Amino acid sequence: MISAEMKREISEANRRRYEQLRAAGQEATPKALPDATALDAKPIAPEAVISRERVPADWYATVRLRRGEALRIIDDVGMSSVSMIGWRAEETSERINCADTVKVQWSAAISKGRVVLSDMGRVFVSIVEDTSGAHDLMVGGSTRASTLAAFGVALRNTHDNFLAAAAKIGLGLRDIPPCVTFFAPVSVDAKGAFHWNANRKRPGDFVDLRAEMDVVVVLSNCAHPLNPVRPPVSGPVTLIRHRAPPAAPDDACRTISPEIVRAYEFTDRLYA
Amino acid sequence: MTDLATASPGSEAGAVYRHDIPAECPWSRVLKRGQTLRIVDSEGQQAVDALLYCADDPAERYSAQDTLRVQGSAYIDLGTRLVSNKGRVMARITGDSCGRHDTSAGCCSCESNAVRFGETTKYQHACRENFIMELAKHGLTKRDIVANLNFFMNVPIDPSGNFTVVDGISAPGNYVDITADMDVIFVISNCPQVNNPCNGFNPTPIRVAIWEPPAL
Repeated sequence: MISAEMKREISEANRRRYEQLRAAGQEATPKALPDATALDAKPIAPEAVISRERVPADWYATVRLRRGEALRIIDDVGMSSVSMIGWRAEETSERINCADTVKVQWSAAISKGRVVLSDMGRVFVSIVEDTSGAHDLMVGGSTRASTLAAFGVALRNTHDNFLAAAAKIGLGLRDIPPCVTFFAPVSVDAKGAFHWNANRKRPGDFVDLRAEMDVVVVLSNCAHPLNPVRPPVSGPVTLIRHRAPPAAPDDACRTISPEIVRAYEFTDRLYA
Repeated sequence: MTDLATASPGSEAGAVYRHDIPAECPWSRVLKRGQTLRIVDSEGQQAVDALLYCADDPAERYSAQDTLRVQGSAYIDLGTRLVSNKGRVMARITGDSCGRHDTSAGCCSCESNAVRFGETTKYQHACRENFIMELAKHGLTKRDIVANLNFFMNVPIDPSGNFTVVDGISAPGNYVDITADMDVIFVISNCPQVNNPCNGFNPTPIRVAIWEPPAL
């Protein structure tokens, strides 16, 4: 049995360490975050392209990425939002975890230089290029109920898309975690209310997600539930699976913070 | 709204079930439609992680994103409807002497602790260990763990997106009441985290009590 005094000392040591981590995560990291990618920068070399797919509005695609491959997601006309869930290919009980993603990075705003974490303390994908920086991890995708409430009629929606995509690889409702939605400029005000910042969407916005493990991802191209445009307007998105340079020791995502350095180390051990 | 919410804090008159959940331990029970569960932060500054499953079909479960989308804001407060992954209201917050609870930060796990606080913390007890053990009693597994509720946990999100777990704001005896809209399996992990301020760096016991719906 430890004494009350010793317990208090342990508590105080834990508090000091937490305060140091918070300072490093919120003061040092934002300075180190790379600038957004320019719209016309970073064309993909033709020989690096593995496959290409255009997903019409309201539909979905399932993409397998091997570790080291990347997926470019392009909002062709600047009117789409793309919701993503995903699982580790060899062990689908491991999947993306939005809560750990924001908690570990001290930020609900993901952008170039950040990562999406799995629920096992590993890096699922890294955001190696990003022209937008306006993505949502809190509100999630559209559902039958959200389309009914917004448009008076149930439309194709992200929840049903995820269910259909999961079913085709032997998974179901129990396997669908909270999603990340790209090109969804949601912010939170001081009272906690969500806002949609339409001026942060542009035609041609793209993200490049580099897979840090073998993954299966589902991308759903449905209007985000907070998008106020009525009737819903959307457009196609382009997906380009391509070979990316490996995450070198000085890689911007790998080295962004002590937490993420560790997450990469744990991920590397899967493949050591 | 039941009379319960306006009952004097700490009063357990009429409760059909009372139980102290020790520090760091899990708990679960089926909460029948209309019943109200009160969770009391007995000693203050204690985060309580919670998950809800539809008792008739546990594939239907609490969904943080559906809940936040429906209410249009980021925190759990008095009146919040807890929405399932099928868009149905599972329960609602009918009493709250604390104010502002989190549902975006998830639960702690050995694996995320190792990432956040260093590898030595991998071998410390965590909420996900609690959830796995408690869910097993209901035939559920890790696969069924989704983004949970964090009662008495203060996670302000600023407009830049900054996201921080700060000191718990709950005082000894603060409580939250959850009234079920359907029969739910209510699962709690009394959070064992010692590496951040959600438990004041010192996990403590909590108390739960259940009331039947008021007679019409």
